[in-house]
Amino acid sequence: MLELYGARFSSRLLLGTARYPSPDILRRAVEASGAEIVTVSLRRESARARTGQGFWELIEKLGRRVLPNTAGCNTVKEAVATAHMARELFGTNWIKLEVIANDETLQPDLFGLVEAAGILSAEGFEVLPYTTEDLSAAERLVAAGCRVLMPWASPIGSARGLINRTALKSLRDLFPGIPLIVDAGIGAPSHAAEAMELGYDAVLLNTAVAQAGDPVAMAKAFAMAVEAGRLAFEAGVLEPRDIAVASTPASGTPFKIDHAS
Amino acid sequence: MQVLVNGEAVATDAGTLNELCVSLGYADAKVATAVNGAFVAAGDRTATLLRPADKVEIVAPRQGG
Repeated sequence: MLELYGARFSSRLLLGTARYPSPDILRRAVEASGAEIVTVSLRRESARARTGQGFWELIEKLGRRVLPNTAGCNTVKEAVATAHMARELFGTNWIKLEVIANDETLQPDLFGLVEAAGILSAEGFEVLPYTTEDLSAAERLVAAGCRVLMPWASPIGSARGLINRTALKSLRDLFPGIPLIVDAGIGAPSHAAEAMELGYDAVLLNTAVAQAGDPVAMAKAFAMAVEAGRLAFEAGVLEPRDIAVASTPASGTPFKIDHAS
Repeated sequence: MQVLVNGEAVATDAGTLNELCVSLGYADAKVATAVNGAFVAAGDRTATLLRPADKVEIVAPRQGG
């Protein structure tokens, strides 16, 4: 079971709700994914269009736990105010904390992230920070009160997968007691499986499903990959080696001198 | 007076944030608010007085990753 801030989940896939071709495809993709947690945001509401009201009805019908984000925030002040608005709007202490340093790479501002995480944790939020694979940032975030870390695999929406696999593995090794969720940059189910094989607790993705040719089928594919990767991790993945090791027994090979006897 | 609501100039007679929300048609909407960058809880909107050029944000749930 995946445990995040005391809440337990059987699915290890968290799914974003943005960029789907239609609300109906979003609904079917969430169902196909088996995700028990979906991410949402908050945006300026027009009193005339009331876009958010209809979206909220859809989300409520899905019956999943919502994880609101602070996407688009560039400063600590913006992120903290957005978190407070999200807490009231969605009725949850959970916040996917994003403080964005650079609008080209959407790289987290780790300094602002640590500061905002400290403020929000002290105010009773349960912070899930969108961070990089940086080890010292991870230490600071845990010291600031975070009990979950969400390092990127690669930049948001880039579909490049785990571009710094070694560092992600180090992070896993150094924080055995902290649930780690790979968030952002996952493009294919194989990327998700790779993260899970490394021992990551869960994967959070959005674009790879929402922008797939068939988002519903892709949601199912990711669900299977995450499950396969987790099972492989629990089973113990073989370490790579530099030389060949025959799998067929050498003993008894015809036409050979049998050294074993 | 004039205030900024979600980045757009709005002329209003509203004295409080709650009056502003009602006059603009948000009375029954699922929204959260901030004034001048600081969160204002729903229960505090009635007591939150508005001043000219205040920057008001009125937000609602939306798709997110």
